[in-house]
Amino acid sequence: MNDLRDLYQEIILDHGKSPRNFGKPESFTADADGYNPLCGDKVHVYATVKDGIVEDVHFEGRGCAISMASASLMTEVLVGKTEEQAQALFDKFHELVTTEHELVGDDDIDRLVVLGGVRQYPSRVKCATLAWHTFHNAITGAETPAKTE
Amino acid sequence: MVSAAQKIDTPALDVEAIRADFPILSTQAHGKPLVFLDSAASAQKPRAVIDAVRRCYEAEYANIHRGVYALSETATRNYEDVREKVRALINAKETREIVFLRGATEGINLVASSWGGANLKPGDEILITALEHHSNIVPWQMIAEHTGAEVRAVPTDEAGAFLFDRFEEMLSPRTKIVAVTHASNAIGTVVPVKDVVATAHARGIPVLLDGCQGIVHRGIDVQDVDCDFYVFSGHKLYGPTGIGVLYGKADLLDAMPPYQGGGDMIETVSITKTTFAPLPHKFEAGTPNIAGTVGLGAAIDYVSAIGHDAILAHENDVLGYALERLRGLNDIQLVGTAPDRASIVSFLIDDVHPHDSGTILDQAGIAVRVGHHCAQPLMDHFDIAGTVRASFGLYNTRADVDALVDGLHEVRKLFG
Repeated sequence: MNDLRDLYQEIILDHGKSPRNFGKPESFTADADGYNPLCGDKVHVYATVKDGIVEDVHFEGRGCAISMASASLMTEVLVGKTEEQAQALFDKFHELVTTEHELVGDDDIDRLVVLGGVRQYPSRVKCATLAWHTFHNAITGAETPAKTE
Repeated sequence: MVSAAQKIDTPALDVEAIRADFPILSTQAHGKPLVFLDSAASAQKPRAVIDAVRRCYEAEYANIHRGVYALSETATRNYEDVREKVRALINAKETREIVFLRGATEGINLVASSWGGANLKPGDEILITALEHHSNIVPWQMIAEHTGAEVRAVPTDEAGAFLFDRFEEMLSPRTKIVAVTHASNAIGTVVPVKDVVATAHARGIPVLLDGCQGIVHRGIDVQDVDCDFYVFSGHKLYGPTGIGVLYGKADLLDAMPPYQGGGDMIETVSITKTTFAPLPHKFEAGTPNIAGTVGLGAAIDYVSAIGHDAILAHENDVLGYALERLRGLNDIQLVGTAPDRASIVSFLIDDVHPHDSGTILDQAGIAVRVGHHCAQPLMDHFDIAGTVRASFGLYNTRADVDALVDGLHEVRKLFG
């Protein structure tokens, strides 16, 4: 079961079970729905962006440990980023979960590396990226729900 | 519950010999022996089916209904022989009532579009149930949108059983067709289809049965049940993909307009006017899945040789054992506990998401289906996103159930 421990590391199990920044905040400036048609999982992301800076991210929804942990970690690393930095981090994260590339470490990507085990499980990559797609849609004002397909 | 299983000490079926007929069952997944518990999605294929498809392409292949040469005549005969095998399997009155299509989905779409397009009007009702697979929901929604008719669904109870009283209540003078599953793919509930048909017929309403699971786990006598349409897919019955069957009563099919136009479904064609071929060719436009049909014939021969009663007894034995073992685990909640059920078990492991369970079981070589099983309205009824589903075919054993339970212990260990 060593392989599985690479996927389900303690930090993922922890964030999966007790997601941070979970629930609808009192105020927010943007929000969006995300949906994974493969499993029926739904997520709703709330973001507060002021003067181009992400001040707060919350989410609610239901999903597997991977999707809940990914959403939870995302809400933590995005705070304080400019919208451009947030987009760049999303691109980097996508690379992390889909390729074997060694990523040049910085603090943010180091925090997300725990999700890199997902790349060994092609059917689960979408679980890890759902919240990020949804955040992207929220801040770009996309009308349709984010989908992983 | 499944008392038949407990009464039979030794299943009359030699499961080890059967397993040897399925080459894929001796392969491995992640270095572990494959434990295949997803036959309700698509069953594995016996050597006899694989060989029949190969023989078709290697020695007996040509287009059908066209050539005057020997090979085409052989291919045509082989193809039409399967129509007779299907007729015998479901006890239809005539072979012209058997239409070959890509699968059950295409069959339901054909009936919804052709029969529905010709017969439905604004305000009419199409009655389905909450147990349906999406393929017995969406085609009806599409034709309802087109005609102004409305789709209504008979609910189920907490056990996921078919509610006969509610069904009777919901039949109204506006109900124009009833479309019901023979057995739920998601939770195994078997619907009392003969009573459903009799009740609908008493009000003059035709009935379509989705037989994808029913043909595998119960079998059907379409004359005895008296359904107007019955659809099933070959690949769930140990046959190839891309081949399925629509049975329809001849007078209904005769009166229905063609579904697709093209070659092979015509009598004469001019630029302005076409006359259509008689049944069943009217509904078989274009070159069909010839090798797939031959493979379906081999699958029907295979299951018929084992015998329906022996298969059912064996499946019930494995199902009964699975229910007993799963009920013995206090962190497992069964989803769907209808008394009459096919060998399909849906469940949840406490708060562990089905996709996490599925990934962990997969690492142990166990293939289960996780998610909504293309039955989202049913999942909504239980207020869940999905389940873990283990489905048992004629090649599954009590040892497969033991492997599943061991795998569930691994899930529990990882998630604490």
